[in-house]
Amino acid sequence: MKKIRIGGGAGYGGDRLEPALKLLEEGNLDYICFECLAERTIALAQKEKKSDPKKGYNHLLEYRMGAILPILKGKKTKVISNMGAANPFQAMKVTQEIARKMGIKGLKIAAVLGDDVLDTIRQSLYLPILETGKPLSTIEPQIISANAYIGVGGIVEALKNGADIILTGRVSDPSLFLAPMIYEFGWKMDDFEKLGKGTMIGHLLECAGQVSGGYFADLNRKAVPDLWDLGFPFAELEESGDGLISKVTGTGGLINTATCTEQLLYEIHDPAQYLTPDCIADFSKVEFEAIADNCVRFSKATGKEATDTYKVSVGYSNGYAGEGQISYGGHDCIARARLAAEIVKKRLEKLSLQDVRLDIIGLNSISPMETEPKDLQEVRLRVCAKADNFEKARHIGQEVETLYTNGPYGGGGVSQHVEEIISVASVLLPKSAVNIHVEYLNT
Amino acid sequence: MKLHEIAHARTGDKGNISNISLIVFEKSNYSLIQEKVTADRVKDWLGKVVKGEVKRYELPQLGALNFVLYEALGGGVTSSTQIDKHGKSLSAFLLEMPI
Repeated sequence: MKKIRIGGGAGYGGDRLEPALKLLEEGNLDYICFECLAERTIALAQKEKKSDPKKGYNHLLEYRMGAILPILKGKKTKVISNMGAANPFQAMKVTQEIARKMGIKGLKIAAVLGDDVLDTIRQSLYLPILETGKPLSTIEPQIISANAYIGVGGIVEALKNGADIILTGRVSDPSLFLAPMIYEFGWKMDDFEKLGKGTMIGHLLECAGQVSGGYFADLNRKAVPDLWDLGFPFAELEESGDGLISKVTGTGGLINTATCTEQLLYEIHDPAQYLTPDCIADFSKVEFEAIADNCVRFSKATGKEATDTYKVSVGYSNGYAGEGQISYGGHDCIARARLAAEIVKKRLEKLSLQDVRLDIIGLNSISPMETEPKDLQEVRLRVCAKADNFEKARHIGQEVETLYTNGPYGGGGVSQHVEEIISVASVLLPKSAVNIHVEYLNT
Repeated sequence: MKLHEIAHARTGDKGNISNISLIVFEKSNYSLIQEKVTADRVKDWLGKVVKGEVKRYELPQLGALNFVLYEALGGGVTSSTQIDKHGKSLSAFLLEMPI
């Protein structure tokens, strides 16, 4: 019976590389996928590409490829990643250049293009924004980027054409993992039960360490061995789409039914309706069974036919956020932080800022609870708000800093920060309006 | 007894919507959370942050409930002024619920 192994090499753009290298060296992998693109990352990358056409791909591409390529030599493992971000073509060229410098010959590198739909979106400003119901035209002057979450198509084509390394832009996260399953097992694009199963596996692997003990450890009942040496996961799959998830023996971390269940439901709304460009996956009946230490068998995912639209993330400039922080300690520190907050609020009133936060870190900055501890020895005031221009936003941190000489007793450790807010609006675009194609380079 | 003594949880985010999985350590406690941790109770408990409705999905074979919290992230990770823009820490506060 044919089996394939697919590893999860990164759970986000800046993830650790060491566990991915370990997985490549010892995991006997057929594929390793690096998921590196959050919702907003691509809008930031598009901005970068606009100011320098040779940029706009993942910042760690050179670092990662420099370490991965020598390990790939003499191995069967193929690499799939959305590290292309806003510029998959340039990411392909950079990867070719790194391979050439290392004297690595015979590699075929592919770039999947077509997810950038900015021109199409500019002609479709009547489309309603999913989050607000208002038409795109309401944010038209601020629009920076528009990228469709495309599916497996371009990656499967690249695999059929013999690519060893495939770089994409905005591809739906689980599609990175589903594509090699379709290619290897010859799954039909209308076999939605298999596509649903493959999507579930992709979803388990796409956050890398988050299924193998990362983001899980808690005292007592959720102890994770050697978390410092967290191993990344791989799935071993059968043609049926069922299989098991595990990690390299000797690495830290933990894979059991609890870690798998947390990751299965991560960022899921209705578990029976997980919408991707490839199918509507159904996780509602999924079962996990621990069959050995750090080895869990999964089954019973399924799926239905996908919708005829792609979700498009439209990045737009949304003003500036200004922030300032200052710490208070000792007796009545909470009361002095509150007095400071009141002062800053009054001094900022004339600027008509939006979404003003006056957080007391240690008390209510992340907590929705109303209870108040009495014996805190230190707290930190955090003032943050949105402004329509940089100068106003800068003033927020300034009014926190001036608390040194114009505020309550004992404030210290001021920090301040301003950043442009790049927000994301989502729209649905007919699949027929998107043209996906693949480019290749050899070494 | 607090929820964290019998269950664990993880938060995820999409736009301004948060979801929290709640998973029992022992399957025998599933019926207890199914009965006690209703969508309404979660909305009340996290009321300060959840501006919209709360929906609940049941996965008995995994001993899990999945809560979807609408308008819960101050605009979401790409526009919120909250310190925890993803609302990652919300699951830990759900686990503080007494049952």
